[in-house]
Amino acid sequence: MKRSIPLAITFLTGVFLVISFFVPHEPLGALEQRLLIWFSIVSGFTMLLGVDNLLRTHIRKIGRRNSGWWHSGFLLLGFAATVVLGVLGRIHHGSPFHMQSPFMFVYTYSIVPLQGTMFALLAFFIASASYRAFRARNTVATLLLVSAVIVMLGRIPIGAAISEFFPAAQEWIMDVPQLAAKRGIQIGAALGAVSMSLRIILGIERSYLS
Amino acid sequence: MSKGFWDVINTLDRRIIFLILLVCVTLPLLLNVGGEIRPTPPVRRAHAAVASLEAGDVMLVSIDFDATSAPELMPMLRSVLRQAFEKDVRVIMLGHIAIGLPLGHMALEEVAAEYGKEYGVDYVDLGYRPGYIAVMIGMGREIRDFFDSDYQGLQVEDLPVMDGVHSYADIDLLFGFEHGAVIDYWVRYAQARFDQRMAFGTTAVMAPDAYPYLQSNQIEGLVGGLKGAAEYETLIGRPGLGTRGMPAQQWAHLLVIGFILLGNIGYFVTRRNRG
Amino acid sequence: MGSPVVTIIGTWLAGFLTLAILSFLYKDNPFYKLAEHLYVGVSAGYWLIYVAFFDVEPMLIDTFMTETGVEKWIILVPGLLGLIMLSRWFPRTAWLSRWPIAFTVGIGAGLGITANLQGYVIPQVEATLIPMTGWNLVTLSNIVLVVGVVSTLLYFYFSKPHKGVLGGAARVGVVFIMISFGASFGYTLMARISLLIGRLYFLLHDLLHVLD
Repeated sequence: MKRSIPLAITFLTGVFLVISFFVPHEPLGALEQRLLIWFSIVSGFTMLLGVDNLLRTHIRKIGRRNSGWWHSGFLLLGFAATVVLGVLGRIHHGSPFHMQSPFMFVYTYSIVPLQGTMFALLAFFIASASYRAFRARNTVATLLLVSAVIVMLGRIPIGAAISEFFPAAQEWIMDVPQLAAKRGIQIGAALGAVSMSLRIILGIERSYLS
Repeated sequence: MSKGFWDVINTLDRRIIFLILLVCVTLPLLLNVGGEIRPTPPVRRAHAAVASLEAGDVMLVSIDFDATSAPELMPMLRSVLRQAFEKDVRVIMLGHIAIGLPLGHMALEEVAAEYGKEYGVDYVDLGYRPGYIAVMIGMGREIRDFFDSDYQGLQVEDLPVMDGVHSYADIDLLFGFEHGAVIDYWVRYAQARFDQRMAFGTTAVMAPDAYPYLQSNQIEGLVGGLKGAAEYETLIGRPGLGTRGMPAQQWAHLLVIGFILLGNIGYFVTRRNRG
Repeated sequence: MGSPVVTIIGTWLAGFLTLAILSFLYKDNPFYKLAEHLYVGVSAGYWLIYVAFFDVEPMLIDTFMTETGVEKWIILVPGLLGLIMLSRWFPRTAWLSRWPIAFTVGIGAGLGITANLQGYVIPQVEATLIPMTGWNLVTLSNIVLVVGVVSTLLYFYFSKPHKGVLGGAARVGVVFIMISFGASFGYTLMARISLLIGRLYFLLHDLLHVLD
């Protein structure tokens, strides 16, 4: 029962959604809409699982005074402050997302710079990797390298100033061979996704139940 | 050149590389020496899609990015909004990346103020609902089933901008700003099933993956990365942060090409000397 | 965002956090770790607020308070499923969380079958069946495109060894894949540099006011 009911739920919902695609008329259309609304509501709760796991890990770290435990303290402090300010924003401004809300201060002046700078670091790492690891060791690596250089030159004004070949070649690469390879890869991936969906609906693939 | 020189080159401390890149990006920002920005066909097509809208038409703007992609997508978002408000198009904003939606809202308020637009009358921010694909398909039947209130809890029924807007049939163009796989969901779930007109602005990382959609005419236009943003700004005649960032982008590209060439020369010289 | 004082304080806070993250480039240090942990904590808090005010409040609570009859009570079903999802927190009742997971997975799978076929495979195959309209660069490009798609698909066909005709086609596929990866690298580099430009613009313009 612990597995057979979930497998039945998966089968019934999956098959129904396929049928309702072909028969969108009432009452199937209305029932499909209701299931979609429920899916939206339930999806929100899955985010809470991640938050809980995060909090437990760091509370445990503080409790055991593991190395670097005070960093976990900052994490929990940041979490608590954000939640409190969000609730205060809801009470005083009608919504935490009101532009004058203190919650939006946290968003604008901590989340945005932190997120943005974390990913800005990647620019340095990709430049370093280009210098240290990008080698024309064989024909296919050379092909990759030449394609990358043409695209990089074709996308900047100085490339066109050097020669009209670069922007033209860049556009051709993107419109033809690059597109062809991406299409081939993604058709394969889409067919794989269809196959996996069928396996899930039919109960052959059960890893999501663990 | 002695063997020692190439050994030094091959084992250069990466912090020196970081410093060179930092200087190479900072100086052009300070000097602001620009070059010609030539709009390419994918961006022209996106611009034409918005240009085809008329006063009173409805454009749905989907904010599907966060601060990690803001430098690329915010400039193109502002440009698209400027073009839309210039034509008195009604703008309905929503998002599928919750942590990025306030960025979209800030851009919306900023540009709306430039054109004297009124919230609730000319534009609205519906906010976010979880479960991307369910929302995308459900909106094909009735938007209010998911968004009966806006981002701050105002009832959608009370907002004139939403008059007569119930599903994709009432939306003239969807313009999505994407930094991940949500573009695939939009095309596969909303465009395919409901034949919704779509154009997208994407990060440069995602742009190559979107070219197949452009060639198959599943999407009407594609604005890719900071260069795409600069091209769109050129098309609307309002240079902004996209155009401002291009000199730095240019010199960084040349630097990385130089790094690649230098690294390969060093590799082959060292290999030959050892061999 | 409120008064100029708030803006100034906020900008300096953002500047400090930006520099704390960038300090990692020199070496790992306590400022970077502090900023990193703060980021995780604040983001988690943000998600909680989002779930509360963009999911639970509008779609559950408001619906329950405003609807009548069957519509009022039936909304408790997804609410209950959502709460059952949280039973994962307790080992003895964690098995119950399979029900809402099965519900979401089943819906996702059912929608995915039709979407991937109708939304990708069919239109993309259709777009590859391009007519030849005379001998010109466009026709040559179209031939290259068709060869590229077919050879890439054949490269990923592993049910037979890549020998003979299949092997040759797979090697052609590798050429297209490598060109595509090179183009993707070029675009990825552009993207990463753009992010750095964005943060430097903030430091130079918003914080230090040295840019116009």
